[in-house]
Amino acid sequence: MSAGTPPLSTPPKPQAKALNCPQCGAAITLRALGHAETVVCESCHSILDAKDPNLQILQKFQVITGEVPPLIPLGSRGKLRGTDYEVIGFQRRSITVEGIRYDWHEYVLFNPYKATHYLTEYNGHWNDISVCKELPVVNFSTVNYLGEVYRHFQTSDANTNYVLGEFPWQVRVGEQATVTDYVKPPRVLSSEKSANEVTWSLGEYMYGADIWKSFNLPGQPPEAFGVYENQPSPVSENVKGIWSAFLAFALLLLFLMAGFDFASSKTTVFDSSYRLNAGEPKGEASFVTDVFDLGGRTSNVQITTSASVDNSWIYLNYALINQDSGQAWDFGREVSYYHGYDSDGSWTEGSRRDTVVIPSVPAGHYYLRIEPEVDARHPPISYSVQVKRDVPVLGFFGIAFLALLLPAIAITWRSMNFERMRWAESDHPPIRIGKSED
Amino acid sequence: MTQPVSNCPNCGAKIVFQWSSSVQTVCQYCKSILVRTDVDLKKVGQVGDLPPDSSPIQLNTEGIYRNKSFVVIGRILYEYDQGGWNEWHITLNDGKSAWLSDAQNEYAVSFAASMSGLPAAKQVQVGQQYTWNNQRYTLTVITLAHYRGVEGELPFQYWDKTDVTFADLRSETGKFATLDFSDDQPALYLGEFMEFDDLKLKNLRSFEGW
Repeated sequence: MSAGTPPLSTPPKPQAKALNCPQCGAAITLRALGHAETVVCESCHSILDAKDPNLQILQKFQVITGEVPPLIPLGSRGKLRGTDYEVIGFQRRSITVEGIRYDWHEYVLFNPYKATHYLTEYNGHWNDISVCKELPVVNFSTVNYLGEVYRHFQTSDANTNYVLGEFPWQVRVGEQATVTDYVKPPRVLSSEKSANEVTWSLGEYMYGADIWKSFNLPGQPPEAFGVYENQPSPVSENVKGIWSAFLAFALLLLFLMAGFDFASSKTTVFDSSYRLNAGEPKGEASFVTDVFDLGGRTSNVQITTSASVDNSWIYLNYALINQDSGQAWDFGREVSYYHGYDSDGSWTEGSRRDTVVIPSVPAGHYYLRIEPEVDARHPPISYSVQVKRDVPVLGFFGIAFLALLLPAIAITWRSMNFERMRWAESDHPPIRIGKSED
Repeated sequence: MTQPVSNCPNCGAKIVFQWSSSVQTVCQYCKSILVRTDVDLKKVGQVGDLPPDSSPIQLNTEGIYRNKSFVVIGRILYEYDQGGWNEWHITLNDGKSAWLSDAQNEYAVSFAASMSGLPAAKQVQVGQQYTWNNQRYTLTVITLAHYRGVEGELPFQYWDKTDVTFADLRSETGKFATLDFSDDQPALYLGEFMEFDDLKLKNLRSFEGW
């Protein structure tokens, strides 16, 4: 502007006019600085034309006794995502599904510079809602919005039952709109279809505690019941993580196993076969084997016993004895194998082969003392004893694998359970097991 | 930018045009609506009192759009049955003029687009799709608005309107279009929605307590 321009008259200030309800005379507070289209008298619940200096009555509605007052009182201010908002309006809306009415509450949030925001609350679950600028693309049961896919959750007819305070639109009790929700936790995309218009809005799940903090409210927020449509799952975030971790550890285990296997010498140091004819052994049955060398570092020894048992058994008392020090490892092994046929078909029990591993055996010269025991009326049995030095022991890996697998399965199961509870409330409930669908 | 100076034919106050292409302005003192002719200014009407306003924007509000600074020099105010909105006439520092619309604090910047084959008011329907400049738009709402008043400089004469039909369109990417059926020939404006913070507005109205 050039110099010398006389001062202009300043634009009219928002006036804190003393307004009174034309119906009951109660004082009316206007908080939204000219943004309000309608204002509801807090005293007699007449819906008034906020644009009319005389506050013409647009609608009166009957308030049921026991109407829940707003949890966040009108006039409360709080900061949401960096912007200060004042609660100027409150409405209760409901849908009716299979004869059951579900109520939720909506709070209108005002800032003189920014677009209106909304908070909704249902059973202690909160959403921070803003109107979409971009147009979502509906593809049958999903919606694409800003590159993300939202899944259809529910379509229902919402009814406005109770209003309080100011609204930047022409609000009426009894108003109906078809509301369709599409979810991608923690967000929900909602289309609201009235006679003239389709409005899309985006909600983001909020915890009551955060709202209480934002608006500096006394006491505790109401406890959240059940699982809400866009409530972020406390576990599904972890599902991917735990399976990635599982995969990483499983691969590591596999490498370790391969390493152990590679590092083990697995040398057969002794292998011999024996035979017990019918009626043998007579008297003292024990005998000793030839001496064999166990070389290398202190490591394990694997003894494999194979026997030609057939609906019979053999029991072998073993002692692995160090020829030089006399140190002995005593142990007994049973080899038994039974099979037959019954009403369920054929069956088998046991095995013709038994393996045992003795850990931490130092290097040295060793022999085995073997004492077979058999049934007195046994058929001829031949058996062989094989000794291997330094075999890889992989059982530990199996345990480690299970230790990793179990939490992954547990978390996956919890996540699936959470999603099942979420979708049970939708138009697409998961198949219920053991419950009749009536 | 040239700032042609003349005087209000009604009250004699100095009239300064901030934008050389402005066709109409409103005398800040006597609220006469003045239209530029080849030689002087002609009074064509009078602006009544505008209703108490809720827009945080005012004449001389400055901002940034796509790295270009702009200043608000004029305004058209509309009302409809669900509220009102402002079309703020802005000039950018490259000499172009555009519109900053403020519909209950939802902001969009748009430019007049010369496009042939635009639909007539009777043809438009919610849900129709149009493609302009390789951008697909979906018609989301048709508004029968009521012209409520003007302020400041405008790029055309606009003072004798009553009811005006608008069709608003949106894209999947936040683009915005308006078909304006004020005149015999429909006019198209193409633009995009803007976040308040991104416009970096200065010289805004202040609101008590905020």
